[in-house]
Amino acid sequence: MQPKPAQRAYWQRNTRLTVALLCVWFISTFVAGYFADELNRFTLFNFPFGFYLFAQGSLLIYLIIIGIYVSYMNRLDRDWVRESAPGEPRTRFPSSGE
Amino acid sequence: MDLKTLTYIVVGATFALYLGIAFWARAGSTGEFYVAGGGIHPIANGMATGADWMSAASFISMAGLIAYNGYGASLFLMGWTGGYVLLAMLLAPYLRKFGKFTVPEFIGDRFYSNTARIVAVVCLILASITYVIGQMKGVGVAFSRFLEVDYDTGLYIGMALVFFYATLGGMKGITYTQIAQYVVLIFAYTIPAMFISMNLTGNPLPQLGLGSTMADGSGMTLLAKLNLVVTELGFKEYTTQTIAGRLDMFVYTLSLMIGTAGLPHVIVRFFTVPKVSDARSSAGWALVFIAILYTTAPAVGAMARLNLHATIQTGEIGSPEGNLSYEERPQWFKNWEKTGLLQFEDKNGDGRIQYYNDKNPEMAAKAEGFGWKGNEMVKVDRDIIVLANPEIAKLPHWVIALVAAGGLAAALSTAAGLLLAISSAISHDLLKGVFMKGISEKSELRAGRISMAGAIVVAGYLGLNPPGFAAGTVAIAFGLAGASIFPALMLGIFYKRMNKEGAIAGMIAGISVTMLYVFQHKGILFIKGTEFLGDLGPNWFLGIQPNAFGAIGAIVNFAVAIMVAKMTVEPPQHIQDLVESIRTPRGAGGATH
Repeated sequence: MQPKPAQRAYWQRNTRLTVALLCVWFISTFVAGYFADELNRFTLFNFPFGFYLFAQGSLLIYLIIIGIYVSYMNRLDRDWVRESAPGEPRTRFPSSGE
Repeated sequence: MDLKTLTYIVVGATFALYLGIAFWARAGSTGEFYVAGGGIHPIANGMATGADWMSAASFISMAGLIAYNGYGASLFLMGWTGGYVLLAMLLAPYLRKFGKFTVPEFIGDRFYSNTARIVAVVCLILASITYVIGQMKGVGVAFSRFLEVDYDTGLYIGMALVFFYATLGGMKGITYTQIAQYVVLIFAYTIPAMFISMNLTGNPLPQLGLGSTMADGSGMTLLAKLNLVVTELGFKEYTTQTIAGRLDMFVYTLSLMIGTAGLPHVIVRFFTVPKVSDARSSAGWALVFIAILYTTAPAVGAMARLNLHATIQTGEIGSPEGNLSYEERPQWFKNWEKTGLLQFEDKNGDGRIQYYNDKNPEMAAKAEGFGWKGNEMVKVDRDIIVLANPEIAKLPHWVIALVAAGGLAAALSTAAGLLLAISSAISHDLLKGVFMKGISEKSELRAGRISMAGAIVVAGYLGLNPPGFAAGTVAIAFGLAGASIFPALMLGIFYKRMNKEGAIAGMIAGISVTMLYVFQHKGILFIKGTEFLGDLGPNWFLGIQPNAFGAIGAIVNFAVAIMVAKMTVEPPQHIQDLVESIRTPRGAGGATH
């Protein structure tokens, strides 16, 4: 059984968001960590910037990433459930081959 | 009331609370024993995950690690939190949708193979045992420091307590006690920090205090002042010092992150919430609760380091009157000298304490000129930073008693979570899943309790006779979990074409490469003298230290798994349908066990 187009659309939206957020995660952790010395030339709230990312910044970014993911996916799930109900017009998730 | 009585009362009250909860939350079914019946609210689960995750090491040692390594400690701070992003987006919701009891169970079903399930059990046990040894040591140390009993007695008390609530309540008992333990430990950690931040900067929130100007009227920011103080004494600049090369640090952080996401006692916590959407939000809540402690730790570290130097270096560096006279040392100094965590040696016989970096040639030369004969604080255990903090800040006795209760809560909660992961792998995956398929639910529940008791005895034995490598093994546990379980789960969810041959080969390759690399540098089974390459920078592959090798093991796992899968037949149709079903939210409201 091949996945239905609706399933595929749902999955595609999910993976696209996941990849985008993972990029943010990667940059804020690894790219920023790698270039910490360079970032320390800037200051944020009295902190050298690279040091701030370590002490609080990266954790806040992680929380924001998860927050965005959770709220987007909850919306996507709600639409999915609503549009799966019989008689509802399909808008976000196509019902047959498009 | 004296401090000792007060500590016994506070700690005794928390223990009574845990036991009361355990009695109330007895498990009546395997579902309750393994996943607390699957009805835990996501916020409550987030709190329990926080306590599960934050061990004695987080509570006692982390601020000290930061105090002495400054920016260099960032790899631990980020590594131990960034994994939650991976958990929330890549694992928790899908594993919850699958809706079973254990991690090896998912691997066994997804790769339609008991062999895969057994390999996963072996990987799980290797990683968890390595981790639990450190926790049992933490339990013993916490008891002996806070209650002034000896290490062995402390460990027995801890084992008895965990035994009671873990065998009685399984995951259900553990979850509710962990929630109580989280509350205890977070108050114990933040209250002293707030007092200290208030004293130093006038701002009661330590997170803001770290970025504030000093309240001493100097107009300098706390961090600038700290940088100045430590560099004047020949130490490295606080905000920029590092402890590893750039690539090493990169790989190390990644290893800790994927290890966090791959450690089964954390993953299984997301099986206890009612819905898939709860699994996602619960990972976020867990990180919120962890962040409360993890953002306080850098402030505690920096402020305690500043306080420590200010206590000892009372005046100008080099002036004869500039150092604290040993006779006038404060009471907390004397207290912690008794435990051996602080040691002073009057090298130049002037009766005063000189605390500076004598390994720095420039500073050593300067110190010669002052008549100093080397660093006289011959031992400053980094655990002091948290343990002595309330005394240094002259806080009331009840705060010190609370810190004791918090340290014990942190050690107990993590040990219990790990022991449950080990025992359910034995009773559910090995017995029920493979060797005694016909076993009734009642017998399985009994088997679960017996294997829990067995796991506690084994872990206790290892805690009493810690193998020589016990220090620093926690990082290796992350490497093992990250190299074996994390890639198998990822491929199982995101790569439909992955088959049993690939997954099994990948897990074995990943964990073997990681273990061999550790053995090669630290001795086969950690026995000294059997290592064939010294544990030194120049011998490390690309300069990557053994503790950090899990990420490389994971890459090997992915590569081998995909290669083998491409050369063998694709998985049967019903497995591809299974993957499709865990990816779609249909019935997201009703994933059942």
